[in-house]
Amino acid sequence: MAKVLVVTSGKGGVGKTTTTAALGAALAQGGQSVCVVDFDVGLRNLDLIMGAERRVVYDLINVVNGDAKLPQALIKDKRVDTLHLLPASQTRDKDALTDAGVARVMEELREKFDWVICDSPAGIERGAQLAMHHADIAVVVTNPEVSSVRDSDRIIGLLDSKTAKAEKGEEMEKHLILTRYDPSRADRGDMLKTEDVLDILSIPLLAIIPESQEVLRASNLGCPVTLNNPLCAPARAYADAARRLKGEEVPMSLPVERKSFLDKLFMRRAA
Amino acid sequence: MSILGIFQKRNSGTVARDRLQLILAHERAESGRPDLVLQLREEILAVIANHVAVEPDKVKVTLERGEAVSTLGLDIELPLGAAAKLDAKLAAKLAEVAANKGGRSGSSKKAA
Repeated sequence: MAKVLVVTSGKGGVGKTTTTAALGAALAQGGQSVCVVDFDVGLRNLDLIMGAERRVVYDLINVVNGDAKLPQALIKDKRVDTLHLLPASQTRDKDALTDAGVARVMEELREKFDWVICDSPAGIERGAQLAMHHADIAVVVTNPEVSSVRDSDRIIGLLDSKTAKAEKGEEMEKHLILTRYDPSRADRGDMLKTEDVLDILSIPLLAIIPESQEVLRASNLGCPVTLNNPLCAPARAYADAARRLKGEEVPMSLPVERKSFLDKLFMRRAA
Repeated sequence: MSILGIFQKRNSGTVARDRLQLILAHERAESGRPDLVLQLREEILAVIANHVAVEPDKVKVTLERGEAVSTLGLDIELPLGAAAKLDAKLAAKLAEVAANKGGRSGSSKKAA
């Protein structure tokens, strides 16, 4: 029986899709069976970040409508065999998703996998609410930036009121992933501090993902950052987050980019 | 391309551009008929159903969008008896066609 996780944020462009792909790949590499589900109907992008865009045949709406069975719509990752993708529809809109249809598909996914990770669309409308509705655990992705923190606060409010768990009077488990964290700006005091964000949102920290060119490089190549370069700083931060989700105790640290000997040599020459 | 270029890895920005150009070309082309694959599957299955009972769940459809061509793959599981029946029917049909035209005939099918 799977744990269903929603990756959500309210604000767009903060790293939900990157986080979904990175956590999904990290959990799958650890031997767990994982399905990442794109809920961004009409603006799908998880397929691109996963590098599966050329192989999409059916999507979530086809499964909800019964045009295809779930196993027919799942796209198996070519790099990690326990990782699967259920893409969103690019051509239809979210109104094609019925509450009952989504509930049925989520139930089926729950039986098949250890982890189901739902990539929420931005915003607080129906699409975002459908993505979070069946979740057991929420990962709130936030940038250390005022508008992102405010939007995350709105989303936390929805997680506590509009989800199946909330409706049953249960507490939704919530975690914060702080992305695009820039240690040098933080040192200068030009960025919201981690403690401040945690204090304002009052949910526990799952990981701090440092700002890194490796994230863009991985998305260019269509490979989750945790697979593309497992040793880079953001990949290590995501891998730690995945282990924490599995219940392991992993001390929190801010991974920094390790410079190779050659890098250091050339940096010095260039300077 | 320079000799060095052969050994250099393509940088990720170029890969990103190529991937986008390919997928956008396909999306623009597909935009008029988003259900093409679904329709193709239904019609192909209907033809096969004339000869043999196929369970829709046992059909695997794959698609690989390429630069010049896309490949549509249908992997259809045929029950043991049905496959034999299909072979016999197909053979009869092919013999008929060959007899009529006296020419070449070819067939290909895939049974998983």
